[in-house]
Amino acid sequence: MKYSYYPGCTLSAKAQELDRWGRRAMEALGVTLEELPQWQCCGAVYPNATDEIATRLSSVRALSAAKEAGQPLVTLCSACHHVVRRVNGDMRNNIDIRQKVNTYLGTMEDAAPYEGDWTVLHYLEVLRDEVGFDKVKERVVNPLTGRKIGAYYGCLLLRPSREMEMDDPENPRILEDFIRAIGAEPVYYAMRNECCGGYVTMEDKSQAARRAGAVTDNARACGAEMLITACPLCYYNLRENAPSPLPVHYFTELLAEALGVREDRHE
Amino acid sequence: MNKKDLSAEIIRISGGSPEKCMRCGKCTGACPAFDDMEVHPHQFATMIREGRVEELAAKKGLYNCMSCFACSERCPRSVEPARLIEAVRVYALRQSGGNHLAADDVPGLLDEALPQQAITSALRKYAK
Repeated sequence: MKYSYYPGCTLSAKAQELDRWGRRAMEALGVTLEELPQWQCCGAVYPNATDEIATRLSSVRALSAAKEAGQPLVTLCSACHHVVRRVNGDMRNNIDIRQKVNTYLGTMEDAAPYEGDWTVLHYLEVLRDEVGFDKVKERVVNPLTGRKIGAYYGCLLLRPSREMEMDDPENPRILEDFIRAIGAEPVYYAMRNECCGGYVTMEDKSQAARRAGAVTDNARACGAEMLITACPLCYYNLRENAPSPLPVHYFTELLAEALGVREDRHE
Repeated sequence: MNKKDLSAEIIRISGGSPEKCMRCGKCTGACPAFDDMEVHPHQFATMIREGRVEELAAKKGLYNCMSCFACSERCPRSVEPARLIEAVRVYALRQSGGNHLAADDVPGLLDEALPQQAITSALRKYAK
């Protein structure tokens, strides 16, 4: 299996652990992630304003490049996935946006018009739908037995579900199924799909602290010993802004450990 | 712009449908920023319909919406409150001098662990 891979800005900088172990784990699973030769930052937030065109271009360029390579596009960061996936939907369903984006790109680049007719998958969807959690489980050499892990979804992977189409937005299971596949025990808690505060940490740190604190307090009360996430901003808010934080890890760190390819964790 | 045109402008930018709101309050019930916003998601729909856009654009709480999309997810009528709130914020930011965050403010907000994603998203949300 071979895919085009879009790492995004943060995975090249502060969230290198998310990226590094994600790549190593896919190698171990026999999946090739081929980084796009060129990519730009997705903008980190989806442009809700329907008349914003420039902020959609980087997503369209990434989708077009993957289409040209003939490989589905794979994202890993929750924010990148949210933005690229929704822009792909805009290109398919909104004729005004499609025409303007293609006109814009046509003036600068020798690119074929793009019509939203390509696939973008999140890394977790590749594990669930392409590799299969059963296969992941078979490849685990170091099951994380006994670890009580809270799945933290946050917002961006799930909502709006009509566009993201990854999982049930109110009662998701993809991360819990992942936790079971690596041999650990998922801990269910009410706040797993509530917002961590997101970018509001830049506007009002106390608001982000209250939101992140509500997540960690609830997860701890339900018995979680650690949280996992796919989002660098969730990772930050839960670790740095929550008044009484829990250990937080990227899910790829644990996947690599379970698959025995996390060199810094060999006993 | 008169109130009717302002209302139409926000609907155009947002792609949302405030006229479909039946004030069930599910959006506001789901809003995790309830305590931080002086106007709540369901009120945006009503006030936009009434053309009270300038009043909304002056609210500080516009910048406390976290774009978590809980309101839009739970809306049974596809009003898209998250898009309405964003459209009002965009309208405010697009005025001359309307930026809420300047690039020069960013260095003062940095810490060692802050991800690039936070900076990019804040600039996209708070400046045009």
